[in-house]
Order: sequence, then structure tokens, then C-alpha cells
Amino acid sequence: MLASQSSAETSALPPLSPPEFAVEDGTAVVHGHWNLRGLIAASPDLRERLCRAARRPDLEWDLRGVNVLDSAGAFVLWQAWGERLPERISLRHEQQSAFRRWQTGGIPAVRDGRRPPVPIRRRIIAAIAGLGSHLLAVLALLGQLILDLAHLARHPADIPWREISATIHETGGRALGITALVGFLIGVVVSYLSSLQLKTFGAQVYIVNILGMSIIRELGPLLAAILVAGRSGSSMTARIGVMRVTQELDALAAMGISQSLRLILPKVVALVVALPLLVVWTDVVALAGGAVSAHLELEIGYHQFFQKLPAAVPVANFAIGLGKAAVFGLFVALIACHYGLRIEPNTESLGNETTNSVVVSITLVILIDAVFAILFRGVGIR
Amino acid sequence: MTDDEVIHMEHVWTRFGENLVHRDISLSLGRGQILGVVGASGCGKTVLMREMIGLQTPTQGQVWLLGESLAEADARRKQQLRNRCGVLFQGGALFSALSVFDNIAFPLRELKTLDEELIARLVCMKLAMVGLGETDALLMPAELSGGMVKRAALARALIMEPEVLFLDEPTSGLDPVLGEEFVGLLGQLHRELGFTVVMVTHDLDTLSDLCTCVAVLAGQQLVSYGTLDDAIACAHPFARDFFHGKRAQRILGRSD
Repeated sequence: MLASQSSAETSALPPLSPPEFAVEDGTAVVHGHWNLRGLIAASPDLRERLCRAARRPDLEWDLRGVNVLDSAGAFVLWQAWGERLPERISLRHEQQSAFRRWQTGGIPAVRDGRRPPVPIRRRIIAAIAGLGSHLLAVLALLGQLILDLAHLARHPADIPWREISATIHETGGRALGITALVGFLIGVVVSYLSSLQLKTFGAQVYIVNILGMSIIRELGPLLAAILVAGRSGSSMTARIGVMRVTQELDALAAMGISQSLRLILPKVVALVVALPLLVVWTDVVALAGGAVSAHLELEIGYHQFFQKLPAAVPVANFAIGLGKAAVFGLFVALIACHYGLRIEPNTESLGNETTNSVVVSITLVILIDAVFAILFRGVGIR
Repeated sequence: MTDDEVIHMEHVWTRFGENLVHRDISLSLGRGQILGVVGASGCGKTVLMREMIGLQTPTQGQVWLLGESLAEADARRKQQLRNRCGVLFQGGALFSALSVFDNIAFPLRELKTLDEELIARLVCMKLAMVGLGETDALLMPAELSGGMVKRAALARALIMEPEVLFLDEPTSGLDPVLGEEFVGLLGQLHRELGFTVVMVTHDLDTLSDLCTCVAVLAGQQLVSYGTLDDAIACAHPFARDFFHGKRAQRILGRSD
């Protein structure tokens, strides 16, 4: 029974006749569906014709033939009548309530949903103050971290081993694939381009020096740090941010558990440990890529390549690379946590702060790299 | 099924994996009624409501909304049906990137046929209807209190002049005074606009003040469907505890 009826009803669309009116002998007879759905189907010049008709003061309005009248339909009529009811009007009883809401007034007049624009001077001041507050907050975070480390040195039982190891696995172990792929390709590309240049000078053997220095000292740490900043930094920011939105941070605080000790310290420590390890891995894979390319292009044997490497690259470069990686790890994690804690409970803020976190940490990584280059300019270079 | 039926469910079963949520639920709701769905936490009240709107398809069984089978309706048809429904989600579900004004105007702007002035006037009218002022309209959802979120969400649910209004725990998270005010507001709007209401609620005040029809979900089944008195007379242990507890007796003013 139901099946047959439902098919009959599916074909029967809710009957909708567009809102219309007709003027006959001094009476405007209004009919049709004067509701939101009806208005969408209304003829485009309906409101203009209404206004023209409403200018005739002697016209009588008959709304009794209207199928449906909701506040939207009532407003269109009301507006055409000049925001008052015409003197001669026939209404059904229930239609009066639709107009009453417009008649009584007290409707707030918000013309535009936008806030007034902030003057430029105040915007500049806000930007500078914002920068200051960021620096202060990161400094506070770093200070809290040092206090936490001091606390852990006195109370080794509080060390969050599980969180640290989980984060090392998440940020280090699971990034092995992508760092290997990127490292290998960069190794191949750098080796290929350099070998083309070296061939013209007949200095093929120096490919080992070029690759060794650039990858171990510069490219390996930078590549790994940028990949980790994009991969793990964003996820840390989003995670802490959602924890704030869902009040998990408050719950932690209410239980008397330090959020810096349980959330931030493990992330920072894990990245400080994991990033140098990742750099070793990236170096090895990138050098392997370079060796492959050198073998194909310059016919330098793999054995010869790796035998020459220790002599071409002083071990200080390797140490600098690892030291840089640890500092990169520290700042990537700090920046990620800092922006995570700044997230406000709305979707826009979540997206913005995650973007900021990645952009700032990658910029900072390159900045720190430059600082290292200046500080260690006399070390490890013959 | 008659033309007057807004919602009709026939032998609805819902399963999430191994977990059976609804066992053979059938009900029908007439135009202009206010249905209150009560049940223990996690018994599938919200799921039942989502199935009525077509946000979720039951494992088995049929649902008709406004006389149309949701299983047979295509995507466009379903969209048209949903345009005739207003939904107030439990958390408000206001778009956090938009101001209150833009949130309420959003469904109207989506129609793409109304001019901004008409939209602004309609939005303001709905704001006044739910008791929000002009300064509130420019606030972002994150800046609103719980009661204001509910009001703004109700205004958004009402903006399309819906024939059916779905409310998921409309008074939860409001203090008793605000809750009572909200129930009063709903009752007044129902009288004025004459829509049909389906609400999930735990609140006995709301049930006794507003609902013309009460559905009790317990043990995966609909144990009672009818007036509040029917629900009170129901012998199921959950219904007995719910309607005959100390709190219930105080509110319903009965003693057994």
C-alpha cells in the first residue's frame, strides 16, 4: 500500500504557484504562494509592479486568496506598501500575524554583516605588538622547558618516556621513507649537474668533495629539517590546537598535570633526538644517490667514491651537520607547540595557525642555517 | 499514510557493525505536532533524527519525509526536501568562520535569487524573533555564550521558514531559566509559524510544556509512542525510571 502511494506522491510535487497579483476594478487580488520558495520562482519584475500598484492610494488589497504567506512574502508586500498596511485591505485572520511582526518594529537594523575596517596605523601597531608577543611566548616556552628539564633531572621518575618514544617513532621512524626519497633524488641531481661542470675542467675526482661537503654540511640537515617541519610540525600544531578546542588542555590542567611536561617537552626532546638521526639517514641516502650518478656520468667507482670521502670531508662537517639538526629539531618543535597553543576554538584559526607554524618553522630553519654558516665559517673547511 | 503526515517510518532497523541500535521502529507524525524523543544516553535518539532528515540511511526499513520516500528520492530531490527542514544541532554547528549575521544569511544567499536588502531584513527579523540584538549579529560564534549559540542556531534553522524543525537537545547546556525561556520561545514560534517539530530531549519540563507527542526509545525499540500520559503509563523499566523518578514527580506533579 505504501509503495503505491509513495510513487503517486513522488510525482505530485508540492503544488507551487508563484506569487502574483492582478488589479481588477480598483482591487488588487493577491494569490499564489507568498513564501520564500514561492519568491524564488516569482517573476523578476514582481516587486517593481507591486511598487507601482501600491502607489495608487485608492486601491483595495485582497489577500484572502493567498495560499501561503510567510514573513518573507509579507515583507515583500509590506515594503511595496511603504512599510505600512494600506488603508483598504482584506486579510484572513492568520495572515495578520505575519504582518504584525513587521508592524511592531523593534527589529534591529543591521545593514551589513561586516565589521568596520581597522585603520592602517592601528594595524601596524597590532602587527608589531603581535611579533613581540610571539617572541615573548616562545621565550617563555623555552624557559618553561628548561625549568621542566631541571625538574626532571631531580625527579627522573617523571620523565615521560612513553610520549618521547612515541614521538620519536612518529616524527623520525615514519619519516624515513620520504626523507630517503627526497635525499636520493637531490643527491642524483646535484651530482649530475656538478659532474657536467667538472668534466669541462677535467676535474672529475672532485665530485666527491663537492657532494660530501654540500650534502653532509648543508643539504642533508636542511632537507630533513624542512621535511620534518612540514610533516611533523603541522601535525603537532593541529593536535595541540584541537586539544585546546575540545578542552583537553583544560582537562589536563584540572588534573594537575603540567601540559608543558607532558605535551611540549616530549615533542621537543623527541625532535632533538630524531632529527640528527634522520639527518644521518638522509646524508647516507643522498650520498648513495650522488655516487650512482657519479658512477654513470663520470665512471667513478663506488669503492673509490666512498674511500675518498673521509679524506675529502673533515669529520667536523659531520658534527656541524648533526649539531644543526638538533637545533633545527628544537625550534621546529617549539614553534609547532607555540602556534598550537595559540589556536582559538574556530576552524579558521586552526587553519591559519597551522600554516603559520609551518611557514615560520621553515623560515627559522633557514635563518638558523645562515647563522651556523657564519659562526662556523672557519671550521671543517680546508 | 495520509497527506497530513510529515514523517513516517516503517520497520526501521539500524546497525553499526555488530551493534544493533534500532530494532523495528515504526512511527508517523502529523503536521503541526511537536514530537519529543526521549531515551537513555546512547540509545540512538540522534541517529533516529538523522535518519528522519536523510543524513543517515537506516540499515533496513523505509523513511518518508514530507510524503516522500528518502530511499527513492534522488540527490536533487533530497536537497529540495532538506530546504523545507530546519535543523538545530546539539552544539549549534554555527560556521565558526562566519559572523552570526552571515551564518543566518548563509542559506538565503545560497538561493542566489534574493537581493542583499531583503536578506538583511529577513535576517534581522529572525534575530529579533529569537531575541538577539544588533550588536550580537556582528559577533563571531566563538564569542557567543551557550544560550546565544542556541538562539543564533535556531534563527539559522528558521530562516528558510521550514515546515519541519529538528532540534537535537535544544535546552541542554542552558541554565534552567534560559532553558525555560527557550522553550517558551519555541512554543510561541510554533503557534505563529505552525511548523512541525521533532526534538530529542532529556528535559521533562520541555516534554510536559511543549510536546504533543512523546516517543520513548529503550532497549533498541520504541516502547511508547503517543501522548505524555501514554509514556507515563508505559511499563518499560526505563520509562518507569524516567517518568516516575523523584525529579519527574516533582515536575509532572503526580505521585504514584
